[in-house]
Amino acid sequence: MGYARERMSLLMFIAAALLLVGGCSSLSKNGQDFVPPLRSYETVVKDEKPSMLEVSDSLEGFNRGVYRFNYYFDEYLMLPVVRSYEFILPDYVEDRVSNAIDNINEFGNLTNNLLQLKFAAVGITLGRLIINSTVGVAGLWDPAGSWGLVRQTEDFGQTLAHYGVGNGSYVVLPILGPSNVRDTVGFAADTAAFSLAGPAAWVDDTGITLAFTGTSVVDKRHRIPFRYRQTGSPFEYELLRMLYTMKRDYDVNN
Amino acid sequence: MPRLFTLVFLVGCLCWPRNATAAPQAYFYPFVNPYEATVMELPQFFEVKLPEAVPSRRFTLPALPSREIPGVFWYEDGLVCTLTYQDHQAPLVFLIAGTGSSHNSPRMVKLQKVLYQGGFHVISITSPSHMDFVVNASAGLPGDSYDDARDLYRVMELAYEKVRGTIDVSDFLLSGYSLGAFNAAFVAKLDEQQKRFNFRRVLLLNPPVSLYDSVSTLDLLLVENIPGGMEKFDQWFRDALVKLASVTEEMGHTELSGDFLYKAYKRLSPSEENLAALIGLSFRMSSANMIFSADVMNGGGYIVPKNLRLTASSPLTRYAVVSYRTRFEDYFNEYLFPYCQKREPHLTRQDLLDRLDLHAIESYLSNSGKIGLIHNEDDIILLPGQIDYLQGLFGDRARIFPTGGHMGNMLHPEVVSFMIGFLTGKEN
Repeated sequence: MGYARERMSLLMFIAAALLLVGGCSSLSKNGQDFVPPLRSYETVVKDEKPSMLEVSDSLEGFNRGVYRFNYYFDEYLMLPVVRSYEFILPDYVEDRVSNAIDNINEFGNLTNNLLQLKFAAVGITLGRLIINSTVGVAGLWDPAGSWGLVRQTEDFGQTLAHYGVGNGSYVVLPILGPSNVRDTVGFAADTAAFSLAGPAAWVDDTGITLAFTGTSVVDKRHRIPFRYRQTGSPFEYELLRMLYTMKRDYDVNN
Repeated sequence: MPRLFTLVFLVGCLCWPRNATAAPQAYFYPFVNPYEATVMELPQFFEVKLPEAVPSRRFTLPALPSREIPGVFWYEDGLVCTLTYQDHQAPLVFLIAGTGSSHNSPRMVKLQKVLYQGGFHVISITSPSHMDFVVNASAGLPGDSYDDARDLYRVMELAYEKVRGTIDVSDFLLSGYSLGAFNAAFVAKLDEQQKRFNFRRVLLLNPPVSLYDSVSTLDLLLVENIPGGMEKFDQWFRDALVKLASVTEEMGHTELSGDFLYKAYKRLSPSEENLAALIGLSFRMSSANMIFSADVMNGGGYIVPKNLRLTASSPLTRYAVVSYRTRFEDYFNEYLFPYCQKREPHLTRQDLLDRLDLHAIESYLSNSGKIGLIHNEDDIILLPGQIDYLQGLFGDRARIFPTGGHMGNMLHPEVVSFMIGFLTGKEN
């Protein structure tokens, strides 16, 4: 069970990273002894409902620490790797890699559509898997998509939401970025299923699993256009938190 | 990909004969609606051809001396600028970004290419309204034309000192777009006294006449175009996002390229109200970023409590909510004006308004043969009559296009050709 050990070491790394940033972050005093500013929240905001920027974030101090860690990680490690990847491979090959990874990850879509009893989506996902793995040459191409079988993306976070589990607090995960308690549990479950009962278990080869995980991470970053500080806003953390939450609401409802 | 895009666009043009016939013969511009022109970049098909990449590098200027950057801006460490360089002697253009834009915003990168292709070195400078500038380089509150010009001038001097050993400069030029053009006019005036650069030519691209008027106009675009008013803003935003999400899902991928946005736009076909609201929103957000940063850097009291030390982990949500609900007019009336008045006790509100206006330096602008202007008749930041005022002020140094919105036509071959012609001194 080599992959189990490799997962463990990833977990250890994440835990170490958490401790590292956790140690740096400290909560600022709440400003009780300060004179309120001219435009204080209380004088300006009179709505009954909280603004969409106000997402539940009980770990905020900690999350901001991780956010900061992720910024440096992205800047000094992730993006240089992604840039080399993009420099070496032609766009066409990058797209094939993305397709192949998506094809392997249909496993997660299949299980989660099943768990949500969305049988039409299960059928489509099965069809896609079969067509793309054969006609699409191990998923390098997506002929099923061009025949109208659209990818039915579902993850365990969405499955939990389907059965009424709320978001929980916002969480920023090391390296992986924005999430919430529900989606973190979902991610852990999807990862466990993939490793213990899914493609990683079928292959049962640490080297291959490791290569797949590495490529997935690089491919994922390659496909996300977000760059830290591009908003030019001191509220980038808040904006990202809001957009993540809204996007997940959309995913759950569609 | 570009070929497919061209095809899509040609099909679009065929379905749209009204535009084709209405356009003037000499200058064809695809968007006749100024909001559409402003939001949408010129489709590649109509754009001037630009090199894929040009020789350039970033460099960082240290923050103002004795300035301690608060922990909340943990990512700020000096003002980053871009140098675009020729390998031979050439004139150097200082290029100032527009409202809330940085030295490397997409529009700035395109202008760098245009100017490089025209044979210039370029130093690109982040707008004094951008957080990065406010934190590292603004001596006081941003917004006062003369103060901003002084801050910019100091940055330009430092920037030139930093790169002068690596490039061969024949003489200096100055340009900027939107608020950056407005800034450039005041910097040019300052240079007449300081004489550090003796700019040979200064080109203003789509400047506002009165900063306050333009800013109020832009803010109204947001306030007046959200169905049901600003109380319904969250709902409007959520709906817009859902539409965008479903379109990107259909299109299968997300990338922030002009082509992608153009296609997404075609599918969404937003109403004029939505376009206007989008422009207003983008402005409101830039302005909020500036106001919050300026408040923190000047000791607080406006949005954040006075002397509160915000750190890297301080929650900012409530300040964000308040900032996004603060109009530039509020900032002007409640913060900037009292701040300036403290310095100059006899200053009236009208005095300050007059200072945030090209009228303040109109005799200089009309008499100085080296200052040129590019503008559009349908620019949404101008009030009725202001385009005629500018035309009168600059006379034959102005080139005013009938359409293009607010800088939508910046990369139109004719606009570029006037730009380069004027800067090289070979217009006519």
